[in-house]
Amino acid sequence: MDQFTQLTVDALTLGSVYALIALGYTLVYGVLKLLNFAHGDVFMVGSFIGFGVLQELGGTSNPVVPVWALLVIVTFAAMAGCAALGVVIERFAYRPLRDAPRIAPLISALGVSFFLSNSMQLLFGADPRNYNTFDLSNGALYLKGFDIGNVRVPLLRIITIVSAFVLMIFLWFLVNRTRTGKAMRATSFDREAAAMMGINIDRVIVFTFVLGSALAGAAGVLFALRVPTTVSIGFVSGLKGFTAAVIGGIGSIPGAMAGGLILGFAESYTQGYVSTKWSDLVVFTILIAFMIFRPQGLLGRADIRKV
Amino acid sequence: MTDSTPHSSHTPATGPAVGQDEWVARHAARGLLPEGPLRRVEERLRVVPWWAWLVLFLATMSLLPVVESSGYVRRVGFDTVLYMLLALGLNIVVGWGGLLDLGYVAFYGIGAYAYAILDSDKFGIHLPTIVAVPLVVVIGAVAGFLVGLPSRRLTGDYLAIVTLFFLQLFQTVMTNGDSAFGHNLTGGPNGILNIDPLHLFGHDLTVQHQGVFAVSYFYVALAFFAVVYVALKFVNASRTGRAWRSLREDPLAAEAMGMPVNWLKLLSFSFGAAVAALTGTLFASLNVSVFPLTFYFVLLITVYTMVILGGSGSQPGVVAGALIISPLLEMLRDPGKSRVIFFAVLVGGIAVAARRSRALGITAAATLAFGFAAHEIARAIDSSWVSGERGGGFAGFVDHWVIHPAQLASWIPPVSYVGLIAATLGVTLLHGHRRLVALVPTLYLAAFVWENVMLSKPEPARYIVLGMILIALMILRPSGLLGERRVEIV
Repeated sequence: MDQFTQLTVDALTLGSVYALIALGYTLVYGVLKLLNFAHGDVFMVGSFIGFGVLQELGGTSNPVVPVWALLVIVTFAAMAGCAALGVVIERFAYRPLRDAPRIAPLISALGVSFFLSNSMQLLFGADPRNYNTFDLSNGALYLKGFDIGNVRVPLLRIITIVSAFVLMIFLWFLVNRTRTGKAMRATSFDREAAAMMGINIDRVIVFTFVLGSALAGAAGVLFALRVPTTVSIGFVSGLKGFTAAVIGGIGSIPGAMAGGLILGFAESYTQGYVSTKWSDLVVFTILIAFMIFRPQGLLGRADIRKV
Repeated sequence: MTDSTPHSSHTPATGPAVGQDEWVARHAARGLLPEGPLRRVEERLRVVPWWAWLVLFLATMSLLPVVESSGYVRRVGFDTVLYMLLALGLNIVVGWGGLLDLGYVAFYGIGAYAYAILDSDKFGIHLPTIVAVPLVVVIGAVAGFLVGLPSRRLTGDYLAIVTLFFLQLFQTVMTNGDSAFGHNLTGGPNGILNIDPLHLFGHDLTVQHQGVFAVSYFYVALAFFAVVYVALKFVNASRTGRAWRSLREDPLAAEAMGMPVNWLKLLSFSFGAAVAALTGTLFASLNVSVFPLTFYFVLLITVYTMVILGGSGSQPGVVAGALIISPLLEMLRDPGKSRVIFFAVLVGGIAVAARRSRALGITAAATLAFGFAAHEIARAIDSSWVSGERGGGFAGFVDHWVIHPAQLASWIPPVSYVGLIAATLGVTLLHGHRRLVALVPTLYLAAFVWENVMLSKPEPARYIVLGMILIALMILRPSGLLGERRVEIV
């Protein structure tokens, strides 16, 4: 039972990070119908920006600002940096290809992904970067918390999960309750018709990239609070986030959240009960099962092709 | 369209055939050289049959070990032939089938591993080459078929994710295969060692001959290449090949014409995987060992860049792509050659562009002057800024032009690199004279970054070059060097 509780907490932490990444994929796919392969690397850059800002603020052992402010500043800096990066990528790598055949922007996205990860390696090397979160106010974030049975749920985990969910609720509100969100949904539904209704498509697309990349930046920091980050995390994490988006139904925002959590649970329980090595296999099996039996994903619309 | 251009004599006087619009009918004639002796040479070259070109190409390639005795160069030549084979295989899926297969190199890995298991001390199995190689090809084809199976109904996007995940899964299985159900199947990260060499016509093909890379493997690889090239040429001209192309152009129309779309997709997957697996046997038998990390994202991007650069869909194109990219990546490992390549591309690029506009020539001269000026100013302010002089040869000359401190402050690489990216992207936004003016400091900054940041870390630097080639190609020339440019009629 204790192991189960422990694994569930792990699953929620991991799943919420995956969900944040998946949201970026889903948002961009919804508006542009483009699988943004570079998204995983934006996430990686986010975790590095977080690390850099953390070091500038004195590191975790003697920060120049209170701990809560430190976490907030680091997260927002990563979000802002990634949002800027997302805008640049959209403007220079995807916009020229908006009317090209479907395969062209996909390959361009692969190129961007490869370019980003190798540029980061050129500049910062392949060494892992550890946030050393245990040093924050002498381990209080790990030692404090609340107990379920015999298991202590550390404060840091609670912070991670809660902030991920706050971001998701904020996103849901933005997309469903604001004018800009309405424009995004309209563009996603039919780009041409939306343009004819006076929606500035370019602005909507840029805004979508800002949102998605900012979420990736936040996910990068939340990820790195748990384990050290390296320049190579982008590929695998991006792939997982991507799978989460497909499982949940690509294009659907609640779907991406559900997909992320499913992946988190699948991985965490496999690692806990079966073997730490074969969680990829389980996730792949789930993906294939969805492809065969429910290709539109959990909450996605079935694609009705009009000819 | 009444033709007023002087070289209209090429077009048939009878006018367009039925179903062909005039513009389309003259499509092939456009892009020819202007009238003159060169044009006549080009017309002569056009009627040379494809097999003559192939023989000429093979003959030239097979001269390589004769003119070069260095084992290193021969080895690079062998790797290039492997890349050519890989590019031919990927071309089936991407160029003809129009499917985005991101798990392609996993099939290469499957081929290599299958051969390693069938012909090594690992399980004590030593199948004769003549049995093992066809068996591996079949295994590859079946693997490709199975991976394509769940994705057969899906569009390109879903196929991309399933195949990409398959690549990741291949990694996981091979890396953790040393403890699968208590058995050591794949050797895990340590791979499989002591793989048998190929055994053909009663001889073991040795990898080393008197300490130098033996040429036999090079010729065997070249023979494999010739067979695959010709076979694929026939496949492409066959019913199936035509069906693939129609599928790529318009899946919906193909389906409406009664073509078995799913079957065709699976078939192209299978063909690609089979070629990759065949290449895998060559790789495994030459290297005597296989490791999981060889078959990963880096290799995937490399092969994709070759196919896209050469022009997906064109067999000579993808071979040309491999011929350019493979030696390029190899030379970028070495700082000395890397420097020469950078400046050669710079000068060559400006020279080509300058033929079109005189202004670009002036820009090049201005950059040269700018460099000397910047170098002198830097020396006057603080001589440690130009202290990293290596002296002698081309490097020595470059040192008089590019600022090159012996010690770089830690903030310089990130700032100059990000600055260069920003400047390059900025230049693409400007037009006319402003672009030319902005180009001068950008080019100099590029040289600075290349000399000071990129050359010290060849490994990421050469992959950055690869990524840039891929992005730039997709935007500027998605049809590649020799790819067919589609005639789109709206």
